Amino acid sequence: MVHQILFIIFALMCVAGAVNLLRQTHPINSALSLVVVMASLALIYLLLGAEFVAAIQVIVYAGAIMVLFVFVIMLLNAGAEERSSGSRIALIIGVPGALVLGVLVGWIMIGQNKQLGSVAISATDFGETHFIARLLFRDFLLPFEVTSVLILIAIMGAVVLGRKES
Amino acid sequence: MSITIFILAAVIKIVLIVFIMLTAVAYTTWLERKVVARIQNRWGPTRVGPFGLLQPLADGIKFILKEDLVPSGVHKGLYIMAPMLALAMALISFAVIPFGDAVSIRGYQIPLQITGVTMGADGGRSDINIGLLIILGATSIGVYGIALAGWSSNSKYSLLGSLRASAQMISYELALGLSLVGILLLSGSLSLREIVNQQSNTWVIGGFNTHLPHWYIFPQFIAFFIYLMAAYAETNRIPFDLPEAETELVAGYHTEYSSMKFAMFFMAEYLNMFTVGCLATILFFGGWHGPALPFLPPLLQAILPLLYFAAKVLFFIFLYIWIRGTLPRFRYDQLMAFGWKFLLPLAIANIIVTGLIVALGA
Repeated sequence: MVHQILFIIFALMCVAGAVNLLRQTHPINSALSLVVVMASLALIYLLLGAEFVAAIQVIVYAGAIMVLFVFVIMLLNAGAEERSSGSRIALIIGVPGALVLGVLVGWIMIGQNKQLGSVAISATDFGETHFIARLLFRDFLLPFEVTSVLILIAIMGAVVLGRKES
Repeated sequence: MSITIFILAAVIKIVLIVFIMLTAVAYTTWLERKVVARIQNRWGPTRVGPFGLLQPLADGIKFILKEDLVPSGVHKGLYIMAPMLALAMALISFAVIPFGDAVSIRGYQIPLQITGVTMGADGGRSDINIGLLIILGATSIGVYGIALAGWSSNSKYSLLGSLRASAQMISYELALGLSLVGILLLSGSLSLREIVNQQSNTWVIGGFNTHLPHWYIFPQFIAFFIYLMAAYAETNRIPFDLPEAETELVAGYHTEYSSMKFAMFFMAEYLNMFTVGCLATILFFGGWHGPALPFLPPLLQAILPLLYFAAKVLFFIFLYIWIRGTLPRFRYDQLMAFGWKFLLPLAIANIIVTGLIVALGA
């Protein structure tokens, strides 16, 4: 019961942050709305019992990546954006398209509820740091290492792009 | 333990800890002025009360009575939110810090830690297993307080100060986090209470009792120095106080703040010093453990662990002040080079060596 109430509160916070992110004209307000989205996601993870993922969500996304976003906005001194009238094609095709997609996904999810299966989160060590470490470094070692190589390539690309021509 | 008792105990603990920490912050300013004065061969505050002991009270009254100015051209919402965010994040860290083992009141075992919970009939004490990560998370969110303060003030000194602060805190957060991994490898736990409990005995190497306390400072002294230097940069203190370098930037990110809003930044900075001291005590110096002193009266015996904890934290606070009175400020390029080219590789090397030793020993 308490879990459900808390979930609804944090889910509403998350959606409100996401809507506000799109509504704001100033980039720094948008960036801060994204921080709210990240933080409420972390709280939802915490409700699911995934305490390690929740803490990492706060440290990495809200604490490191978004601070860099805010830092860049401050450094470039970006001002408020102008609100354009929006394109007509987006209004005619986009809104019904999004509606159809949403209804379709919801219909499939409800219709195929049986086949989708479920995840048991009642196990005592679910979400514990040991449990995640065992998954990452034993069962999914290869994908984990490949992902880290991918990130390394991205960093090298950034260095190449950022280097001054001499 | 019923939920009512748990909430009651939690509320009492929160009120007590907030009161004690804010008083400690007030008297740290007094201590700092006294000690720096002695280092510079002056007297420091002497007029208000004996030894100037009522000076923090006078300062507090002055802060409250000053006019709360909001300069024109500021981004008002963020300008007001920034000091609140900084102070709130500084206070949140204390939720997971264990100050002592547990006290027994009317049959209830109450852990001396806000988030500590007593589980089951056997009174086994439990702690959230991500305590350390919560402190790191609160610190990383605290950057927003400083960054937004400088940006929303609409002043070039504030903006430069907050840009410096964000860059510095992001850079040193890496070295800070990595320096603690060695401890986590040795202890195998993220719970601060568990890490402290592992440090209660003495080091026994190959059957030989060294009579040294089982503190993690001894195997992890490199990590300790990395932690200490990175933490000084995180809290914006001398020799890394570039975000508020008064000779270059007036007062840095809080130039435009007055009255209690300025005081909130001030309190946040000092609370962060206490967090650093508490964390160093817990991770490297055995928390509330210390030699038993059987000759003391029973009342003192009971609060001895708390006294040990307070003495160790006070030592780190004194170290902060001592360094402030001794060292000059780094140049900005020196600061960045030191963090990225020296501390970070050293921290990674420390993790590799510790990991190898733990893996080979197991």
